[in-house]
This record gives sequence, structure tokens and C-alpha cells, in this order.
Amino acid sequence: MANTYRYIGKATPRKDAADIVTGGSRFLNDIKMPNMLYGKVLRSPHAHALIKRIDKSKAEKLEGVEAVLTWEDVPDWRGGTPRCTRILDRKVRYVGDAVALIAATNEEIARRAIGLIDVEYEVLPAVFEMEEALKPDAPQLYDEFHGNVVTPGVPFFGPKSLQEVVMGDVEKGFQEADVITEGTFGYENIPNPLPPEAPGAIALWEEPNRVTLWVSNQASYMDKITLFHVMGRKVEVRTIGGPCGGSYGSKFMSWQVQTYATLLSRATGKPVKLIFTKEEHLAAFTMRIASRMTARVGMKRDGTVTAVSGTWLIDTGYYSMTTQSQVAVGCGEVQIAVRCANWDLKPKIVCTNRNASGIVRGFGGQELKCTLIPLLSLAMEKLEIDPFQFLKKNFVKPGDGYFWRDGIWYTYRGVDFSKAMEGGAERFGWGKKWKGWLKPSAVEGTKRRGIGVGVHGNADIGEDASEAYVRLHPDGTAMLFSCVTEHGTGQRTNFVKMVAEVLQLPLDNVSITPADSLINPYEFGPAGSRGTYAIGSAVIAAAEDAKRKLFELLAPKLQAEPSELETADGVIFVKGHPEKKMSWKAMSVDRTITGCGRFEPDYTLSNCMMTFVEVEVDTETGKVTLCRVVNATDVGQVIDPLGLEGQLNGCLGSGGIDSALFEETILDRSSGHILNANMIDYKWRTFSELPPIDHVVFETPIPSHRFHAVGVGEIATSPGPAAVLMAVSNAIGIWLHEYPVTPERVLKALGKVRPRDRKGGVA
Amino acid sequence: MKGIKSRKIRLVVNGHIHELEVGGRPGQIKPSHTLAHTLRETLGLTGTKVSCDHGACGCCTVLMDNQAVLSCMTLTVECDGKKITTIEGLKDPKTEGLDPLQQAFIDHTAFQCGFCTPGILMSAKALLYENPLPTEEDVKEALSGNFCRCISHYQVVRAVMSASEEVR
Ligand code: FES
Ligand code: FES
Repeated sequence: MANTYRYIGKATPRKDAADIVTGGSRFLNDIKMPNMLYGKVLRSPHAHALIKRIDKSKAEKLEGVEAVLTWEDVPDWRGGTPRCTRILDRKVRYVGDAVALIAATNEEIARRAIGLIDVEYEVLPAVFEMEEALKPDAPQLYDEFHGNVVTPGVPFFGPKSLQEVVMGDVEKGFQEADVITEGTFGYENIPNPLPPEAPGAIALWEEPNRVTLWVSNQASYMDKITLFHVMGRKVEVRTIGGPCGGSYGSKFMSWQVQTYATLLSRATGKPVKLIFTKEEHLAAFTMRIASRMTARVGMKRDGTVTAVSGTWLIDTGYYSMTTQSQVAVGCGEVQIAVRCANWDLKPKIVCTNRNASGIVRGFGGQELKCTLIPLLSLAMEKLEIDPFQFLKKNFVKPGDGYFWRDGIWYTYRGVDFSKAMEGGAERFGWGKKWKGWLKPSAVEGTKRRGIGVGVHGNADIGEDASEAYVRLHPDGTAMLFSCVTEHGTGQRTNFVKMVAEVLQLPLDNVSITPADSLINPYEFGPAGSRGTYAIGSAVIAAAEDAKRKLFELLAPKLQAEPSELETADGVIFVKGHPEKKMSWKAMSVDRTITGCGRFEPDYTLSNCMMTFVEVEVDTETGKVTLCRVVNATDVGQVIDPLGLEGQLNGCLGSGGIDSALFEETILDRSSGHILNANMIDYKWRTFSELPPIDHVVFETPIPSHRFHAVGVGEIATSPGPAAVLMAVSNAIGIWLHEYPVTPERVLKALGKVRPRDRKGGVA
Repeated sequence: MKGIKSRKIRLVVNGHIHELEVGGRPGQIKPSHTLAHTLRETLGLTGTKVSCDHGACGCCTVLMDNQAVLSCMTLTVECDGKKITTIEGLKDPKTEGLDPLQQAFIDHTAFQCGFCTPGILMSAKALLYENPLPTEEDVKEALSGNFCRCISHYQVVRAVMSASEEVR
């Protein structure tokens, strides 16, 4: 179908492009204010300890130091779900836990002051392993979490929030199976999403109870709401969001750094900037949850999954803010990817004495699938089922359903993604390359090639509410009020495009407000892939509403009915009679027209991404090279082709495909120290290691969106890791079940280095 | 900061001469200050970004006498007499027009969050000074020290190639 839109689907420059390429974008750390102080955090060297005594007198005497705060000085503000984690506590729970906050006139003084604080600890036994943490005599992290099991459920998702996948009759399901496989599988390398810009905040407190925060976050309006609750519902919070230097989910929650800055500003009366160092970012912000599943699956010869039962252990580190949400969404996502009538999958969230896990692209579903697909693969192998056919068959189809995060059953009414999947398989050459399980697709000397495939879908594209206003001006311009920050997806520009398309205005005549919570309506933010459908629909509704009001106002002047009017380029005319027209100026120069839009959550749609990978394994060195990636999806309608391409290319980084190849956070499980908390030791992909990558993008219109589009950006990272594991196993003819597939693990599997005891992997 | 004799160093940053005093007083350049710090904090040129502050990510890349250097690993006191170009100085100084590289980045949306972009642009500029007609492999090699977590790499390579093609 030819694209008849003026902007939608066309490549247009990002609104912020000129700022980005000239250095004009003002990221958080580029902001300076008069009298601004700099904050630093003293962090615990112990994984678990009680603070017996803190002497801060020397630090306080250092010239330039304006505040030193310890657990004794701060209000009982708490984060976490449920709210049990104090901002500063008498107890520290991981290496890097905050012990004291310092504000000084410059960073150097603040850093020196850290060294002058004298802390006496009573070191407690610590626990770094989920199974250990669950033992009756394990060290307990919180009084509130008996046995280190974090309270399940997400109040925000409603009273029935999804905590497990239980339906049908698994015993019956296993009886119907032709094959049953079982085992324990892990995805426990806790990669860090690692945006280039470190987490930070600038806070300005005003007595008695007001704070303004400059944030560089993915969802600045939600910061306001989160902080309101963390701060005991007694503080009025305003957030001003600017450009965000990468997030990938992680900066959806920055309550800690934001409260640190707030407390220091409250103590000094001055604006305080607190930005984490890269080491803090890697060791004391948030990373992926660790996932371990012990389960059984039953499968029929035709690829029907008859039963899934087991436990899903999730290590959240020392606290959980969103892990329950990730479990809820993950449990929903697994039903979208794997059709099965009988489930008994019980998650358990465990806290241990390491840095916390938080949000990363994939949001629970990636972690769950990275452990479930290897188990399903064992059954597929026994039945000689092609994994591409299996994943295609079992992905949600119109009329199927799932329990979503609120515990409510939804019937899926989106498109059948089979066509897009087949398009991807064809581009990749799957049919020719697939030689069967544990068989390489090619062998050349010591090099063996293998292929793998993964899939992911998320019904979050219509999750949560959004609101927007569009204001029309007599000079033929429009302004979109939407509390959306730009974190790299280009969505701020895309929303402007949507408004410009509805109003048929030049792109330059539509602007968008800063993401200031004071002026904009409620916005959950571009989390998951909800931007295009959820936020987009609110924005479009606001533009339509404004247009309707404009027509109602001017119809009498044109002696026409509002329904007979159309507008383009700031001129209103009667349809079919372009000579009967008047400029927007006719609304009168002392008037603006504001339209309002709101999106109500809709969980009946899902997006989909299938990823095909080919790897080459050097059986001499164990090195795995990613040779080719093909992503296949159906987005309904492309909004911005270059932006979409960027999102899909993102499948490699931010704890995505590369988390199966080389990315990991290395935790010393005896001391609790993270051993690679710097960007030299934390591995990342360079320009010289880019595999050929291809995206097959279908556009099957989605009726319920004005431009028939759904979002897809978030899920690009998710199908890949399991596909890599599959591809490497096929290349070497031996199952590999640990992420990432380091040379050492490959050589171990090949019997070329002596195996060490390992946790996880196939039983 | 006793024992450090006050002296002056001279930097030409984006065509402007800056005479900076070295010393321990506020406003002076300390011997420990990195070029990134001086550019951002003293001269207010915040277009240069710092990510790792450790020489590992290339975010802070600027040009020193037209060669790419990591400004977080360069001490300001070592830059006496040098010509420094930052992202703010990439525009044509006479016409104020965008450098072809900048325009190519806009045309190809060769960025996502844009935090790594100034560093990538400066590395690419240094490459084009040295080798105006690079191959794709040359571009990848020249940028291999630049971290981009969003994975703008593919679009960056295309943008740099197209900017260099304009020269062809
Ligand atoms: S900030 Fe200089 S190399 Fe990373
Ligand atoms: S564009 Fe975000 S890190 Fe490169």
C-alpha cells in the first residue's frame, strides 16, 4: 500500500538533531546553577554490616563541606516494593550501600570529605546465592522479608496482580505429552544496561516541603510520583526532565540518587548536583535480575506444549523496586510466546547481599525466556522439531488469550505474526541452514557455524495511561504538552510528527514542551514499547480534540458545518471548496485552543520480535563470533524508518544479544565486590565487531491506532540471547546452558579444559 | 597547593585564545585538572561529554592539533600552545554552517540518545583529516574506541561514509 501520509513513515530529521550534533543538548551534568553544591556518597566496603558508630566531625570541619548526612540525620523515607529500604539505614546490605551523603562546594572537596568520615561496622555474615539465601539459617537482609523472600505482588497493578502462571491441569498435560524434559537453567550473568550517561539528579529544596528536581530520566513524570511515595507522601515534587543519555529501562527508577540530592539540598538550602561515577553506576545502581528456573515441560510430537511446571527463582539483589512488576509482566509475556493450556510456574523473588536489580529492556520476559527456551529446546531435540516452526506455531494468535500483569485474562486481538516470522526466516535462509539439533550449519576446519532463533512479545504496548494537550495558536503553530523525555528512541519527534500529521502543519510549526511535571499532564513515560500506541494515541486524541474545537469555532464564519471543514498549513477550508477558506488567525489573536487527549490501558495487543542468529565457533580457542543477525517484526505502520532501524540495531547492546556472548557483571561471591565495575573490564561491543544485521519489518495495519502502528523498540534485545545459546550448542554439537558463552565455557564443553563445578545448567 | 608557581598556559580552543592561570586558587587550572574538566567546568564548553572518565569509552574525544585525544586522560597543563577543537567548534568558523559530517549525522539519524555522539563526531573528524577517503573498515577502526550503547554504529558508519563521499 502506498504511503499517503505527509510525515508518518517518512524519514524526517529528529527535532533535537542539530543540538545533538553541535553539542548543544543540555544533559543533566551540563546544567550549572548559582550556589550549586556537589554531592557524593560514602559507600560500604562490606556486603552486610551494622553501623556501630559514625564520626563525621572531621569531614564537617573541612572547608567547603556544607552537609554530611548519615542514617541518624535523615527522615524515614523508604523505597522498594513494599517500601522497606531506607534511604540511609543503620544496616548496610551490599558492597556499595550508601552510608553517608556529603555536599560541598566542589566535587574534589566532597571526595576528600568522604575519606574523613570514620565508620565502625559490625560485620554480619552475608549471602550471595539464591539457594543459600532461602535456607532456614541464612543471614536475613530485612526483618520484613522472612527467609529473604520478597513480598510478591504489585499494588499499582491492582489487587490481583499477576504473581505466577497457574492454569489448567499440568498432570493431565504431562500425560498427554510425547516427551517430557526437565532441568535447571539460569540467566544469571546480571549484565548492566550501562547507558553512557551515569545516573544523577539536581535538587532544589524549598521549605517547608517542596522540591524541584532536574532529572535525566526515561519517565520524568513518574519520578514525581515515585518520589512522592518514597518521601512519605509529605513532599510536593516537581520534576524537570531533559535529554537522557541512554536508559534502556534502567533510568525509569532513579529514586535513590534523586533522594540523595533532595536530602542534601534540604540540609543546605542550596541546589545540589549529585552524579554517580561510572564505578558507582556499574556497582551501585541497578542491573538485570538474575533468573534461574527449575522446571519440567511436556510436548507433543506436533510441537504442542502440553504442560509447564516448575519454580522460577529471581535474584533481585539487596532490594526490589520493580522486580515484582518484571515477574508479573514476564509471566504474561511467557504465555504470549508459548501457547500452553496447563501451567504451574511459581516465581519466587529472593534478596541477596549484592547490588540491586532493576529495569532493563526485556523486563522479566527476556530473563524468563532465556531460561525456558533452553528447556523447551531439549524437548524439541527429542522430537526433532525445528525451533523456528515451534516458535512460530506457539506464538500468540488472534483469539488466544493470556493472563496479563493485572491477573486478568485478555483475548488477543492483534495480528498474526507468522508472516513476519516467515519473512525473517526467508531473509536469513533458515530453511537451508537448519540441519537439525546439535548439528552445525557449516564446518570449515576448526571453525563450526551454528544457527539459533528466539522470539519475544509484550502486551505492554498499550499499558498504563497517558495524557496530552495540544494547543493551537492563531499564527498557525501548535504546541504539544506531553511529559516525555528523549532517551534515544526519537519519540519526542515522533509525537510531534503525529500532531503535524493530524493538523497537517509543517513540522517546524509544531513544538513540544519541556518534560516539566508542573505544566504537563500525567504521563507514565515511554516505558517498554508503549510510546507509539499508548502515548501516541493520547497525543493524537489531543490533536483531534483541538482540531474539532477549532472547526466548531470557525464553522459559522465559513457558513459550513464543522464536519465539512479541513485544515492544512494553518488554513481552514471547506472540503471540496478550497476557495472557501480562512487562516487560523480568524480564531482571533487573543485566543488559543487547547485539545486534551487521554489513553486508557489496553492489554489486548502485543508486539513481536523474532531474532535469527548465526555464530561461528573456533573450536581451538573457544571464541564465538556473531556472524549474522536478522530481526523480524510487524509494526503495523512505521512512524520513522531511521528511528526504528536504530531501535532494532539496539538488539546487540544494553544487556541484549551480547549478554549471551560476553557481557556480564562479575561478582566475587565470597566478598560481594563487583570485580569489573569499570568500562575496561566490563566488556562492550566496538565498531570493529559489527555483525551484518538485517531487519524484516512488516506493516499489517492495527485498526485501533489512528496510524495503525504499534511500538516495538524495547523488545529488540530480548529474543537474541536464547538464540545465541541455541546457535552455539548447534555449532559444537553439545548443549551449552550458561550465559555468556565465554571461550572458557566453550572449551570446557568441548572437553578441552577441565570442567569446574558449576551451578545452573542442565541437570 | 603550595609549591606550585603560578604560571600561565595558552590554549586555542575553537579558534579562541584562552590564557589560563595554573595554580590552586578557585578559577585557576590545577595541575590535576583534565582537559575535559577545563573545557566543561572552566570554559563552559559542555558539548564534550564525560562518561567513564577513565580513558575507556571515547565519549570525551576532542581534537588536539587535528588529532583525536581523550580529554579525560589529558592534563590541561600539558596542552600549552595547543589548538583544541571541540564539538562546538566543528561548524565552519566563517559561515557558521554545519560541518558535512554533522549534516550527515542529522540526515542518517546517526544517533539515538546522542550522549556518545560528540565523541564519535570528533573521532570521525580526526579520521577524515588524516584520511579523507576512508573505507568502511577504516571508519570502524577509527571509531573502535568509541562506546555507543544504543548501537548507533551502523548509521554512524553510513553517515561518515556519506560525508566522505561528498569529498570524493
Ligand atoms: S570519558 Fe574519556 S574515555 Fe570515557
Ligand atoms: S547514541 Fe546513545 S550511546 Fe550512542
